[in-house]
Amino acid sequence: MSQALILARRELGAYLRSPLGAAIIAAVLLIDGILFYWQALSEKLLSAEVLEQFFYNASGTTMIAGILLSMRLLAEERQMGTFTLLNTAPLGDGDIILGKYISAICMLGMMTLLTVYMPLLIFVNGKISVGHILVGYLGLMLLGAATTAIGLFASSLSSSTVVAAIVGAALTGALILEWALARAVDAPLNAILAAMALHHQNFKPFMSGTIDLGCVTYYLVVILFFLVAATKMVEARRWR
Amino acid sequence: MIEIRDLYKYYGERRALGPLTFAVESGQVIGLLGLNGTGKTTTLRILACDLLPTSGSVIVGGIDVVADPDTVRAKIGYLPDSPPLYPEMTVREYLRFAGQIRGLRRAQLSPRVDEVIQLTELGSVRDDTIATLSHGFRQRIGIAQAIVHKPDLVVLDEPISGLDPVQIVEMRELVRSLKGNHTVIVSSHILSEISETCDRILVIGDGQIIAAGTEAELGARWLSGMRVELVVRHPLNADLPQFWESIRHLDGIVDVTPHEPRESGNDLLNFEVHMRRDVRESIVAFLVQQNFGVLQLSRSHRDLEDVFLQLSDAGNTRTANITDSNAQTEESP
Repeated sequence: MSQALILARRELGAYLRSPLGAAIIAAVLLIDGILFYWQALSEKLLSAEVLEQFFYNASGTTMIAGILLSMRLLAEERQMGTFTLLNTAPLGDGDIILGKYISAICMLGMMTLLTVYMPLLIFVNGKISVGHILVGYLGLMLLGAATTAIGLFASSLSSSTVVAAIVGAALTGALILEWALARAVDAPLNAILAAMALHHQNFKPFMSGTIDLGCVTYYLVVILFFLVAATKMVEARRWR
Repeated sequence: MIEIRDLYKYYGERRALGPLTFAVESGQVIGLLGLNGTGKTTTLRILACDLLPTSGSVIVGGIDVVADPDTVRAKIGYLPDSPPLYPEMTVREYLRFAGQIRGLRRAQLSPRVDEVIQLTELGSVRDDTIATLSHGFRQRIGIAQAIVHKPDLVVLDEPISGLDPVQIVEMRELVRSLKGNHTVIVSSHILSEISETCDRILVIGDGQIIAAGTEAELGARWLSGMRVELVVRHPLNADLPQFWESIRHLDGIVDVTPHEPRESGNDLLNFEVHMRRDVRESIVAFLVQQNFGVLQLSRSHRDLEDVFLQLSDAGNTRTANITDSNAQTEESP
């Protein structure tokens, strides 16, 4: 674990010093702000509905940010030849993946925290509970953590950050579209596909301020699955 | 320190290395000499646990690299042909990171990083961002990261690649300074570099060791006679055509080849003498008798070049069976 934290600290430093991390955060805040003003505030909605709309919009930008933040984690190391340093050090494959993942989650957390002024505006001017805000953010972080794990797995497959981003986006898109597919097939397959969809059925309870343990478990399973898959990919490519 | 036996590496159907067998004792500086594409980098990557061998055994410090790679990784420092540097970090941050991931404890970290910065003469740039540094400094940082955790074995892949002449001299000194504290294995295709820096030379060709020994041992085995280079000052009234004729007919001389003088002066001669056996004393006695001043007499670099060219040529068609008592290099069947 301590080795993973050493790696995480270095990665976090790289994010903060490179323009990419700042650009992603700035773009997400800009889009969230515009959507909040344009969609949520311009319509006549109840304050709880405004908050739901905010979380719905933020879920899209959070997923994109998760993919973009994670695309460089392993692919860039291979591209620059720096993976040799990690490869020839006595580091576990799990330490490498965990360290990279923690750093991306920290960045995602920072980005998500910077959007908090929007729910606070609703809180001050409307009638919503703190619990609703906290549960919504829990959902955003779980969704972001899941897409970051998918992106990290995609990054383990390639030496190109662009390819990693495309593969990550394709995997995320496929998991989201399971919801649409569920509507086109009969029972019991439709229920299975809907339950496995990354966004729709699993994210909606968080938007309305409800903690559904099934949905929390779903996101934790997705995170674990893709982190283990990324670890296995690193193991296979590292020592062959 | 290193025992490699019947090592093979295949990429698909293509054999990149093998059969390779050699051993290296602790504390030596070993040069791995070979043309591009002969298997030097593959050998070093396997030693550094960066590449899994297809078959054969590789033991480093008594530990099998395939059975326990992490323990071996802790004992090795590796500089690949392109230093693995993070451009956004400062030199000091980078070396601290390299030390931490190789298991240096917090209390040891700062003193050791300072020590390595001093040893590799990086003090003037310790707080500079790596992206702003020259290639020479980057190579130095590459070596610094390879030794920061005090490894038993330091593996350097083409450390002088891309350096200017001044940087080459500095790098040579740096590699020499590692001797004693570490066993060092250096690869290069530059002959003079290997002979200047290393105690022993392993010549690799077509993925196999084709010869091993010191420069003198290789020369004695592979060259007919020896070559020396001379710089002399001749008397103003010297009959030079007669001089060339006389020196060519000295006992033991095969050939004399005049070169352009490297120093200015109308009375200077620069030439190379190819001898059947060591008759350097006779040559000097003859020059003194002719009132010539001997300014320089040195072993010609062409010696090693000739060995290398012969071995490289031989490596493509056959392999030599030279067993060196120290390097214990064996040729393949």
